[in-house]
Amino acid sequence: MVGGFGLVGAPLTLIEGLTRKDLNELTIISNNLGEAGEGLGVLLRQRKIRKAIGSYFTSNREVGEAYQRGEIDLQLLPQGTLAESMRAGGAGIGGYYTKTGVGTELALGKEIREINGEPYLFEQALRADVALIRAHKADTLGNLIYYKTARNFNPVMATAADLVIAEVDEIVGVGELSAEEVVTPHLFVDRLLVAEKILTKEGVVYR
Amino acid sequence: MSSIANVQELIAKRAASELKGPSVVNLGIGIPTLVAKYVKDELIHFHTENGLLGVTDVEEADPNLVNAGKLPVGEQVGAAFFSSAESFGMIRGGHIDVAILGALQVDETGRIANWAIPGKNIIGVGGAMDLLVGAKKVIVTTSHLTKGGKSKLMKACTFPLTSTRSVDMIITEMAVFSVLNEQLVLTELMPGVTLEQVRKNTEAQFVEGGFSS
Repeated sequence: MVGGFGLVGAPLTLIEGLTRKDLNELTIISNNLGEAGEGLGVLLRQRKIRKAIGSYFTSNREVGEAYQRGEIDLQLLPQGTLAESMRAGGAGIGGYYTKTGVGTELALGKEIREINGEPYLFEQALRADVALIRAHKADTLGNLIYYKTARNFNPVMATAADLVIAEVDEIVGVGELSAEEVVTPHLFVDRLLVAEKILTKEGVVYR
Repeated sequence: MSSIANVQELIAKRAASELKGPSVVNLGIGIPTLVAKYVKDELIHFHTENGLLGVTDVEEADPNLVNAGKLPVGEQVGAAFFSSAESFGMIRGGHIDVAILGALQVDETGRIANWAIPGKNIIGVGGAMDLLVGAKKVIVTTSHLTKGGKSKLMKACTFPLTSTRSVDMIITEMAVFSVLNEQLVLTELMPGVTLEQVRKNTEAQFVEGGFSS
């Protein structure tokens, strides 16, 4: 799993690390595959992604081209289903029923169940071996707070992987984050690092 | 209605007049995004599915403060940020009063297609299906005709449907339709447009309501 909504809230330093590693045949769960040549888009160009599960790959035209050439498998989920499937995966739920997608092409092959007279679609939970996420600040225990709309999928991904690595702007001492404002409690977080590659008004830069 | 931009502004302005506070409104990409600038009611709060309630105009662009179209936005005093899971819980859970969406096609029962085109890669759906299922009221804003001059209001959609749910209202640069009992009802002609022009440019069957022009 890789956090972010496009490049916003994406762990760009960790993604770059991934592009330098000799890893192939990856399954990536992320809303998008970055942009052309940015973020996860680099990993796509390197042909390290075998399969991607997400909701909006349109934002990187190279995904469609790779798909057309048969280089990548795609599993498309409505954005709310993508998020809820992670939530379920992180909360010990095997799957759930949702109205989203009923009667559409994205329902093909999925179980339909009537609840209170209305059709619902069965969706399976999602989990990952590793989640790479982006937060604003962490304390040394691993408690996380987020920044504005860079939060997006990050908190829910933090719950749904065996190993969770968080990239942050700053690591502070225990006690410096208010217990009331912590969004991701530390038990979800396994590793921390300070971001070296960040999204700014000028685009993606090293700091 | 000389340019595309004028048409879009006209539609957005008409859509804005449908909104009454207190209300939580989600705006889609394209024409719907333009609606916000015509809304002055302080009791209308804009929701964006990437995790913000209280969207306002951008004051100083912050790359980490964006709407669902990844455009920079501002945050209202009293705004709240939340995760994607919580955001779509709000949407599916019926907590959004109005969603204003674009459409590629609308059928004569008010169902829409706005996420995929046959023959092209189907690689993006985003939040469209969730919004159609969960928003209490759905307003579609779209140009009446395709670039090729064909009616977007059709007997049946030839593109894949976004939901089996019919929308509540369709606003184009030619007319306003309400959807009642899965039937399009013409309720209003846009300024300078005649009933004859709407008939000629609309493939879908519609009922003529007691409209004003």
